[in-house]
Amino acid sequence: MNGAAGGIAIDVKGLTKSFGGREVVHDLSMQVKRGSIYGFLGPNGSGKTTTIRMLCGLLTPDSGEGTCLGYDIRRDAERIKRQVGYMTQRFSLYQDLSVRENLEFVARLYGMSDARGSAREMIKRLGLSGREEQLAGELSGGWKQRLALGACTLPSPRLLLLDEPTAGVDPKARRDFWNEIHALAGEGLTVLVSTHYMDEAERCHEIAYIAYGYLLVHGTVDEVIAKSRLTTYTVTGDDLNGLAAGLAGKPGIDMVAPFGTSLHVSGRDVAALEASIAPWRERNGLNWQPSHPSLEDVFIELMSRSKDNFQ
Amino acid sequence: MSTIDTTGHARQGSEWFGFWRRCYAMVAKEFIQLRRDRVSFAMIVMIPIMQLLLFGFAINTTPHNLPTAVLLQEDSDLGRSILKALENTAYFRFVREVHDVNEFDDLLTSGKVLFGVEIPRGFERAVRRGDRPALLVAADATDPVAAGSALGSLGTIVQTALQHDLYTGDPPALPFEIRAHARYNPAASSRLNIVPGLVGTILTMTMLIFTALSVTREVERGTMESLLSMPIKPVEVMFGKIIPYVLVGFLQATLIIAIGVFLFGVPILGSLAMLAILSTLFITTNLSIGYTFSTIAQNQLQAMQMSIMFFLPSILLSGFMFPFAGMPVWAQYVGEGLPLTHYLRIVRAIMLKGATVQNLQYDTLALAALMLFAMTIAVLRFRRTLD
Repeated sequence: MNGAAGGIAIDVKGLTKSFGGREVVHDLSMQVKRGSIYGFLGPNGSGKTTTIRMLCGLLTPDSGEGTCLGYDIRRDAERIKRQVGYMTQRFSLYQDLSVRENLEFVARLYGMSDARGSAREMIKRLGLSGREEQLAGELSGGWKQRLALGACTLPSPRLLLLDEPTAGVDPKARRDFWNEIHALAGEGLTVLVSTHYMDEAERCHEIAYIAYGYLLVHGTVDEVIAKSRLTTYTVTGDDLNGLAAGLAGKPGIDMVAPFGTSLHVSGRDVAALEASIAPWRERNGLNWQPSHPSLEDVFIELMSRSKDNFQ
Repeated sequence: MSTIDTTGHARQGSEWFGFWRRCYAMVAKEFIQLRRDRVSFAMIVMIPIMQLLLFGFAINTTPHNLPTAVLLQEDSDLGRSILKALENTAYFRFVREVHDVNEFDDLLTSGKVLFGVEIPRGFERAVRRGDRPALLVAADATDPVAAGSALGSLGTIVQTALQHDLYTGDPPALPFEIRAHARYNPAASSRLNIVPGLVGTILTMTMLIFTALSVTREVERGTMESLLSMPIKPVEVMFGKIIPYVLVGFLQATLIIAIGVFLFGVPILGSLAMLAILSTLFITTNLSIGYTFSTIAQNQLQAMQMSIMFFLPSILLSGFMFPFAGMPVWAQYVGEGLPLTHYLRIVRAIMLKGATVQNLQYDTLALAALMLFAMTIAVLRFRRTLD
């Protein structure tokens, strides 16, 4: 198990899960390297939470197999639970327990010898000193999220599964949170994190995009952008709304999206794209600049494409 | 004037129309919801059926076939015909024939029989001599309703039955005396019966509800997801949820019994330690059953409803509200499956009769068995995953 398969923490093949006849995750395979931060992206209801729950033994896959930290995800769910910290999307610590009581509860469940001491240390590390007797339910969103992260890192897990940990948290708290995650990964912890935010995706070592239960693309950020084979123009000038309306649906135009005062026009088929934009290129007051697609361009394009395919 | 009238009518008409439409929408919605909520549906159907059945058949304050022991100190024709006459009344059913006073007392104390009839030594000869000897009928009067009517009609029954057997002619007096002992509760005070009964009833209600909500509450608040992702086993969750309430229940029982003793003057003739131990067993049994409901129910409301559905027969079929022996056989079988039935016997026997462990073996074992049964189901039912 130790360092087996070149230090792979998560290695699953063909995971499939249905609820009430609707397939939520379809034939999903993925590998996560030990000590890396792996970002899980995709629209709401795409199967991210279901996948994470299958990895930590909270859901049994209908088919597929694999290992998590070297343990079989079907047979060794109990062992996986001991070494995995799972932070749920919705705050799931006890609202009616204090910060300290919640941490001590977790520490005791994991059989830590000095529950009080480790809870006290974690409170210090989280910067929650002075709030330890406050009820968890009374904490603000940012503090709740810190507490939840503290609770799942408390038993020193080898793998962290974070399900949209920064949803509804202010930018400062998000930044602190990501610094903490990078620090943990630096200590050798593997982190799988699902998110909607592009800036967070760019802070991951590797990302995967999942939509409607299908894992569409994975790799480093640069690889994912390269794989999209998108050609993108950034247009600035007057009447961008008119341009957007005129281009939408034309052959070769896969995506038209406004970004502030500019418009991103992208397509996979360069020739068709050029042909479609040709009449607009010479128009006065419009400035066309060839540019690199951003991760957001790639995902918006993937999302619109997957909608066509699966809905 | 007329225009004002018509507009007034029109407005009124549309208001009524709107009112009925909203009512209809509401009624339709409620029906749809009800159809999907099976537990509520079962409650609506089951409670009237249960009440009808129970009040129609089970409740009978003139009990019959009361289990009776016979202590035969002599074997005589007269004795036999008196016993035959007693049995023919259908009030009594002779389940045991003993020849020893201690055995006779034990049967009464343990609650295996509710009546004892003693034919004393030299009875027949004394009757022939005209000495009017005593025929002892001992009744377990902890439940005055069960004992009362049988004791009350004893004299006339025996007299009528023996009229033809013994003497012809006019018998204003029996040739022997019937000496009835209402044991344990000589004044036939209902209070003595009801206070120990209330201990059990109140504990059943509160204990069930405490644990019935425990697991569903976790699921509803979302904390179950976190709990399941941590290394804790179903049995551990169960004990963790039951144990605190054992203490709560114990305090509750202490309070009720204390009030019973100090306010109502109910005695505790038996061992206080045994009462405490067996009460704890009963509390744990109820908590396990509540917890089992909690693992089956989808939400807190369903768990509540299940508890009520269990509580209702517990009150009606345990011997708390109506004499156990007066119930039809099927209801007695149901009653045997309820922890309250056994606890009522235990608590009455210890407090009012001074019963010992030997007397209460059966009911203690029954409680323990019910507890283990509930716990097994709870552990098997507990979902380790969110599937």
